[in-house]
Amino acid sequence: MRRIINYAPRPGVKVILAALPFVAVIAIYLLASNARLAIEPNDKLMPAFSTFYAAMARLATTLDIATKQYLLWWDTWLSLWRLFVGLGIAAALGLVLGITVGFIPYLRAMFEPFFAAFSLIPPLAVLPILFILFGLGEASKIVLIVFGIAPFIIRDVMLRVAAIPAEQIIKAQTLGASTWQMVTGVVLPQVMPRLIDSVRLSLGAAWLFVIAAEAITAEGGLGYRIFLVRRYLAMDVILPYVAWITLLAFLMDYGLRKLAAAAYPWDRIKAA
Amino acid sequence: MTTILIDNVWKEYDERIVLEQVNLSLDDHEFLVIIGPSGVGKTTLLRLLLSQEVPTRGRILIDGEPIAAEPTADRGVVFQRYSVFPHKTVLENVMLGPQWAGAPILGRFFGARRRALEARAMTLLTRVGLAEHAGKYPAQLSGGMQQRLALAQALIMKPKVLLLDEPFGALDPGTRKSMHELVRELWEENRMTIVMVTHDLPEAFLLGTRVIAVDRPRKDPQAPERFGATIVSDFEAKCRVMRESRAFEAEREKVRLTLVSSTPTPASAIPPGTPAPARLLVKD
Repeated sequence: MRRIINYAPRPGVKVILAALPFVAVIAIYLLASNARLAIEPNDKLMPAFSTFYAAMARLATTLDIATKQYLLWWDTWLSLWRLFVGLGIAAALGLVLGITVGFIPYLRAMFEPFFAAFSLIPPLAVLPILFILFGLGEASKIVLIVFGIAPFIIRDVMLRVAAIPAEQIIKAQTLGASTWQMVTGVVLPQVMPRLIDSVRLSLGAAWLFVIAAEAITAEGGLGYRIFLVRRYLAMDVILPYVAWITLLAFLMDYGLRKLAAAAYPWDRIKAA
Repeated sequence: MTTILIDNVWKEYDERIVLEQVNLSLDDHEFLVIIGPSGVGKTTLLRLLLSQEVPTRGRILIDGEPIAAEPTADRGVVFQRYSVFPHKTVLENVMLGPQWAGAPILGRFFGARRRALEARAMTLLTRVGLAEHAGKYPAQLSGGMQQRLALAQALIMKPKVLLLDEPFGALDPGTRKSMHELVRELWEENRMTIVMVTHDLPEAFLLGTRVIAVDRPRKDPQAPERFGATIVSDFEAKCRVMRESRAFEAEREKVRLTLVSSTPTPASAIPPGTPAPARLLVKD
C-alpha cells in the first residue's frame, strides 16, 4: 500500500473523474426536481430542464414589448460591455501605474502605501458615493468595476516589476538602455503575461461588481434581469442566467489563457 | 588603452564598514581576478566598479576620468545568473545593446540597419558557439550556453572593461573548462580589461594576469563590523614582460608559417606591400 499522494489517475480516468462532479450535480438536481414536480406540477423552485429551455427560447427569440429588444442578447451585450470597459480601464490603469510606480523609486516611496490603503476600501461601500457623483447611468457602474479591480491589478503589476531580477536591470543599463527603453524593452514585456493572469483572476470580482451595480439600478443586463425576475420567483430564468454567466466567464478565462500562451511563448517555457 | 585607478575607496553601510582603503592601479589589457572568503566584499568591489553602488569615500577612475554614477555602456557585465533577458530570443538578446543605442524611442532597427546588425550579432554568436541556437529562448539553453550568450551580449557593445561576477559559479566542471578557454580567447581578441570575482583559486590563477586577495586585515572581536576588508595580497600571476614576449613569439611563428607555406621565394621577391616587421622577424 503506497501513500495516497503517490496514486495518479491515467489520462482516460482523469477525464471521467473531472466530469463526475458535474454529472452528479445535474443528476441530483434532476432527481430533486422530478420529486418536487411529482407532488406539485407548478413548482417554481426547481423547474424541469424543459421549462429552462422554454424560458430561454422565449428570452432569446421573442421581441420584448417594453424595450424592443431580444432580452437575452440585450442583457448579455449590456453586461459584457460594462465588464469589458471596466476591465479594460482597470487593466490599462494597472499597467501604467503599476509599472511607473513599481519601477521608479521616488514614485514607489510616494504611492505604494497609498495604493495599499486604497485597495482596502470596500468598493461596494462607496457605491452610494459613486451614484451621487456619477449619477445612476453607466459611468457609476464602470467606475465601480475600476474602483474594485484596479488597485488589485496595480499591486500585482508592482510586485511583478519588483520581482524582475536586479541583475537584468543593471545589465540593461550596461547595454546603454534609458529608463524609457528599460520600461518598454525589459519591464513591459515581462509584466504583460502577469497582467493577463491578473485580469483572469479579477474576472470573478468584475462580474460581482457588474451584477451588484445592475441589481441596484439599470435598464438591462444579466444581473438586472436576475434581480428583476426574482420578484416572481422565476427560477426558470434565474438558473439558466447563472449558468450563462458562468459559461461567459469561463470562455473569457479560457480566451485570456490562450492569448497569453500565444503572445508570450517564452513565459510558458520558463514555467516548464 | 584602458587603465583603472581605484583611489582610497571606502564603502560603508550605516555603521558597518565593508571596504576600507582600497587602492589599486590597473594597466591596459589586464585580467584582474578578485579572490577572498565569502561575504568579505569582493562583489561589493565589483559593484563599485560597475557603479551599481557608489563609494562612501574615495574615487574610481577609468582612463583618468571618474566613472559615471550609474552603470553605463563602457563597463559590460556578466553575472552568475539572470544576465540575459528571458523574453528575447538568443539573437534578439545580442542585438539589444546596439538597437538601444541607435533607436532611442523604439529601441528597434528596421531594414538594412537591422540586417547589418543581425549579421554582426550572428558573427559574434558563431564565435561563442551559439549560432545554431539563435532562434531559441534563454530558458531553452543550458547554464553554460546562457553564460556564453551573456558574454556575446556584453561584447557587442565593445566595453572598455568587462566585469564578471562569479560567471562560472553555477556551471559543471566540463562546461567551466570550455568557458575558461572562451573567456581567455575573447580577452586576447578584444584587447580589453577584464575584472572577475571568483572564489575558485585554480580558476583565478589559470585566467588572471593579476590576482588580488580581499580580506579583513584587522579584526575586533567586540565589533567585527568596524573594520572593513582591503587588498591584502596582490600577485602578478602572469608577468607582463613574459606575456608580451610570448605574444611576439606567436606573431613571429604565424608570419613564418605563412611565408613557408607560400612558394619559397628569395627575400628580394617579397612584394613591397608586405609589412616590414614580418621581414625582420623572418630574418632572425
